[in-house]
Amino acid sequence: MTVESGDGSRPGGGSAPLVIDLTGVHKSFGPVEAVKGIDLNIASGEVVAFLGPNGAGKTTTIDMILGLSRPTAGRVTVFGMQSRQAIGRGLVSAVMQTGGLLKDLTVEETARYTASLFSHTRPVAEVLERAGIAAIAERMVGKCSGGEQQRLRFAMALLSDPELLILDEPTTGMDVEGRRSFWAAIRQDTARGRTVLFATHYLEEADAYADRIILVRQGKIVADGTSSEIKALAAGRTVRASLAGADEPSLRAIPGADDVEIRGETVLIHSSDSDAVARYLLTSTKARDLEITTRGLEDAFIALTSDDTDEYANSTGVPR
Amino acid sequence: MSTPSLAAPDLSTRRAPGLGSFNLTVLRLEVRRLLRNRRTVLFTMVLPVVFFLLFGLNSQYADQRHGYGNVSAFIMISMALYGAVLATTSGGAMVSIERAAGWSRQLRLTPLAPVAYIAIKMLTAMVLGLSSVTAVYVVGGLTGKPTMPVHLWILTALCVWVGSLVFAAFGLFMGYLLPTENVMQILSFALVLFAFGGGLFIPLSQYPKVLQTIAEFTPLYGLNELVHAPLTGGSPHLAWIANAVAWLAIFGGGAVWRFRKDTARV
Repeated sequence: MTVESGDGSRPGGGSAPLVIDLTGVHKSFGPVEAVKGIDLNIASGEVVAFLGPNGAGKTTTIDMILGLSRPTAGRVTVFGMQSRQAIGRGLVSAVMQTGGLLKDLTVEETARYTASLFSHTRPVAEVLERAGIAAIAERMVGKCSGGEQQRLRFAMALLSDPELLILDEPTTGMDVEGRRSFWAAIRQDTARGRTVLFATHYLEEADAYADRIILVRQGKIVADGTSSEIKALAAGRTVRASLAGADEPSLRAIPGADDVEIRGETVLIHSSDSDAVARYLLTSTKARDLEITTRGLEDAFIALTSDDTDEYANSTGVPR
Repeated sequence: MSTPSLAAPDLSTRRAPGLGSFNLTVLRLEVRRLLRNRRTVLFTMVLPVVFFLLFGLNSQYADQRHGYGNVSAFIMISMALYGAVLATTSGGAMVSIERAAGWSRQLRLTPLAPVAYIAIKMLTAMVLGLSSVTAVYVVGGLTGKPTMPVHLWILTALCVWVGSLVFAAFGLFMGYLLPTENVMQILSFALVLFAFGGGLFIPLSQYPKVLQTIAEFTPLYGLNELVHAPLTGGSPHLAWIANAVAWLAIFGGGAVWRFRKDTARV
C-alpha cells in the first residue's frame, strides 16, 4: 500500500517513527472477519478521518490501535512501540463514543482523577477551559448533558497533552449545534500540530475537518486521500433520462460510460464524458427528460462503500 | 493533504509514572465517591450501629460476664464485623458499576496498571471498613455498656478491620462476576445469610446440631470466632483459621481469575 506523496520524508529528519503503523492487520470474532487486512501509515501532524458506514470495522481498528484488543494477524505499532507503552507514557489518548464516565464524580474531580494517573499533564483548569466546560466544573457528571459529557471525555483526552488523539465517532448523538461547537474546540486544538485520527460516518465532518480521508468498507480500506481526491474518484456526472425499453449493453458501449443503472423506465448513466452520453441518448434513442448532475462527496462515499463497488473502486485507480 | 508538524514529537521526555499510577488523589476521590452513596453509608455505618443499640444494650444479658469483658462488648465486636464486611464488600463490588459504566475500559487508556487499580479498590474498601468499625466502637463506648480492658478494645477493632479484607476480595470477585448495577442488593442479602451462618446475630449454640455443622463452613464463621478470641480468651482453634484462610483463598483466587479475564486483550 502506498501513502500519498509527501509522507515518505518524515518530519524531523527521517528517524522519527510513524505515529500509527498498521501492517496486514486482521481481526476476527469467531467466524466473523471484522477487519480483513488493513495497512495504514499515519505521520506526525496529520488529521485523518476514518470514514465508513456502521460495521465497516472502524471501531475494531481503533481498539487495536489503542491496545484494547489484539489483532488476529498483523502488526500494530504506535510511535514505534506497543500501544500499551505509548499509552503509559501519555503519548496517546482517545475519546470514545459512549460510557467511560462515573456519574458520582464532578466534572472537575473526573479530570483531576484522570490527571493524577499521568506523569506529565496540563493543568486541570486549563484543560476544562479549552474543552469549554470550566463553567460546569462542579457539576456531577450524571447531571451533565450528552454534549457536556462528550466535552469532558475530550478534556480527559487532552490532559496528558498527547501527541496522538483518537476520536471514535465523537459527535454521535449530538445535535447540530453541539457538533459544530465540539468540532470548533477540536479544530482549535489541532492547530497545535497534534496528530488526530477520528472515526466518523458523517461525511461533512470528514470533509470539513480532515486533511486526509480513509474510506473503509467491510474491513478494508477502499480509498485513501484528501477530500478532493476522494471526490475525484467519483468524478464525472450522472446523466438521467426517461427511456422505455433501454438496451443495457448498448448504453454501456457509450464512450466514457462507466456505470449504467436501469430503474424501470429511467436510466442513470455515470460517465466522465456526460456530453457524449447526452448526445447519444438524444440522437440515437428515444430518451427524454434528460438531466445531468454532478456527484459530490456523498455520492463518492456511497459509490465507494456500497456493496457492489469492489470492481469499480479498483478500475478507477483508487490511490491505495 | 497532510500538514506534518515542523518537529517530530520528542518521545524521550515522556515517562510512564511509577507504582503503576497508584496515588493518593485517586484514593481520596474513591473514598469520597463511596461516602456520596447514601445507601452505602446507611448500610455500612448506620445499620451496624443501630443493630448494636438494639441487641447490645439489652439489660437481660448485656452486663453478663464474657471472657475478659461482658456480653455487650461481645455483641459490639459482632456488629463491628458485620459493618466492616458490608463496607469492604461494597467497596470491592464497586468494580461492577465501574465496568457497567465503561470506566474500567476508560482507565485502560491511561497509564494506570490493573494491579494498581485493584490495590486502590481494596484500600478504598478498607477505609470504608475502618470507618464502619470506628462508628460502632465509638457509639459502643458512648453508651458505656460494653466493658473490656482498653488493649482489647484496640486489639479486637484491629482484628475486625484486618479480617474484613477477606470480604474486600469477596466484593471484588462478585463485582467482576455479576454484570449488574444492583450487585450490592444481592450481596447484602448474601451477607445477612453469612452473618447468621457465622453466628454474628445469634450464637451458633442455639442452632440445631445439623445447622451448626453447616454453619461452620460458611465464610464468616472462622473470622467471627477469630475476632472474638481476644475477648473470650483461649487460643484460636485451627478450624477457625482454616475456615478464614480457605475463604480468603476462594474469594481472592476468584477475584484474580475474573480480573484476569476482564483485563485480557481479546
